[in-house]
Amino acid sequence: MAKPKVLIGYPVKDEIMEYVGEHCEIVPMDYSKAITYDDIYEKIDDVEGAVVLITPIDKKLLDKGRKLKVVSNITVGYNNFDIDAMKEAGVLGTHSPGILDDTVADFVMGLLISTARRITELNSFVKGGSWKKIENNHLMGLDVSGTRVGIIGMGRIGEEVARRCSLGFKMEVSYHNRSRKVEVEKEFGISYKPMDELLSESDFVILLTPLTDKTHHLMGDREFSLMKKNAILINASRGPVVDEKALIKALHEKRIAGAGLDVFEKEPIEEDNPLLQMDNVVLSPHIAAGTQRTYDDLAWNAARCMVRILEGEEPVNVIPEMRG
Amino acid sequence: MKRPKIFIANEIPKSVEEYIGQHCDYIMWDFSKRKTFQGILDHIGDVDGILEVGMKIDKNLLKHAPKLKVVSNISVGYNNYNIEDMKARGVLGTNTPGVLDNTVADLIMGLIISTGRRIVEADADTKAGNWKKGEMDKFFGKDIHHSTLGIIGMGRIGEALAKRANGFDMDIIYYNRTRKEDAEKRLGARYMEMDQVLKNADFLVVMTPLTEQTHHLIGEGELKKMKDDAFLINASRGPVVDEGALIEALQKGWIAGAGLDVYEKEPIDKNNPLLQMKNVVTLPHIGSATKKTRDEMGVVAARALVEVLEKGDSPYIVPELRKS
Repeated sequence: MAKPKVLIGYPVKDEIMEYVGEHCEIVPMDYSKAITYDDIYEKIDDVEGAVVLITPIDKKLLDKGRKLKVVSNITVGYNNFDIDAMKEAGVLGTHSPGILDDTVADFVMGLLISTARRITELNSFVKGGSWKKIENNHLMGLDVSGTRVGIIGMGRIGEEVARRCSLGFKMEVSYHNRSRKVEVEKEFGISYKPMDELLSESDFVILLTPLTDKTHHLMGDREFSLMKKNAILINASRGPVVDEKALIKALHEKRIAGAGLDVFEKEPIEEDNPLLQMDNVVLSPHIAAGTQRTYDDLAWNAARCMVRILEGEEPVNVIPEMRG
Repeated sequence: MKRPKIFIANEIPKSVEEYIGQHCDYIMWDFSKRKTFQGILDHIGDVDGILEVGMKIDKNLLKHAPKLKVVSNISVGYNNYNIEDMKARGVLGTNTPGVLDNTVADLIMGLIISTGRRIVEADADTKAGNWKKGEMDKFFGKDIHHSTLGIIGMGRIGEALAKRANGFDMDIIYYNRTRKEDAEKRLGARYMEMDQVLKNADFLVVMTPLTEQTHHLIGEGELKKMKDDAFLINASRGPVVDEGALIEALQKGWIAGAGLDVYEKEPIDKNNPLLQMKNVVTLPHIGSATKKTRDEMGVVAARALVEVLEKGDSPYIVPELRKS
């Protein structure tokens, strides 16, 4: 029997390619440059399975890729999937939950401390030769330990962040989530709060919700005006959870003290985005999950999910909307 | 009774100044002017106490302050005290242990994450407009969670750091002159000989006070024992690390990077090669620099000064100068 044709839409390490190659016929791609939607569109015709990072899986692609049975996302977020179109075409989508939680939670804490203690700004200050006297009262930052942190979205990553804040930094942790998590409350001594209360009391607000119709622009003008003047916003979920224009306005008007952002409404971020000019904002190019080990684990998961489905085994890590 | 006279050499909060004013007469340095040795000598001819940060207190200075009884450091480190010279003159010295532990430990954790996960580098690159699609691996970093934290010098700050590291499930190993078995139990830290700590640590944090024994404690031999993907973090005192050897280690790839808040010479020289290195985070000695902590340190330092002048004793006198 002929092996099913598959497409690997992002470079993965050799062992993973070998594993997939044993079970499938891999469509050759040029991995020396970044692979685009168009590259994938061009080669999708006879493909039955695809591993992708954040490539949009939309009606146009599905109409051309008539043989597709499964698309496996390397990451945990899957807002690149047009779920209705995929359901209609009978294509399963899988993702990679549970693998990157610790790595993302580490990065969230890094963004939080870097913003509060002005680490990026002061590194530039020193490297740019501006450090000229020992007196440094003008370089003071905000305390992290012992402050109040509010986490919006208490999933697996939220739990890991809560653990670091509560056990490690003795922060008073509150959270807001669609459903209450009583066990997590007990384990880490954290408390549930209504959204507005959380916003108005927290020194740090951390966004960890998935992007859905309901969370789109969850943080806007009204929400920023509720936050404390010396509070810091951390976003490592998805860009559009924040109304970026409202955030920029809040930062300009000093209604909040700063922000640590790993995600943006448009990625890569545009060169004329005012956020690029702000010293009190720490920016990173969507790398919260970015360590080699975590990326390899994610890619392994995506490859295995795809191969299982193509070989007719019980599917795993199918996105919740397509289960059952 | 005649009120004692104080020279205030560094900026302190208004409330602390008022407290001192209730107990002493005082003169303060004009902070719009650059501090010079001669300028300081002009102020100390008839003072009983000095409140300062990092001012070298040796016989050279003491001979110009015949009435001096006490010097109060607004810092926990007191390597600026020449203990022998102060003993010979019967001048007491105080410091501010305890109040800054959490603030310093927060920053060290920030240095660990921002070097390991390359936050500073990623922020600078993103702000320069260099983020391009499909380059996810450009800023792949080292995982913090489940990595090995090596602490050399397990004092209060070392313990505060270990507590934070527990939140990240780090494996904690340490070396100290004396074993701290209660800390081992509380924090799950394991004692090892210095060589073993050097060889096993993914993140090596130097946390010893600066003494003759710890001067250049980390030199070429020590850096060569470290793993080539390990990071050195120093937020204690610059001369604990042989900076020439560190620069060589970074240039030759003996270690992966460094996070530094302190240097052999401060402010750092403009032509120091560390300033050119992307894998080095350089901060301007801000370990304790948050408003809350600086205010508390000012309060403790002022109280210690007044205690010595009014009662002849204070719990904040440094161990080497205590009356047995």
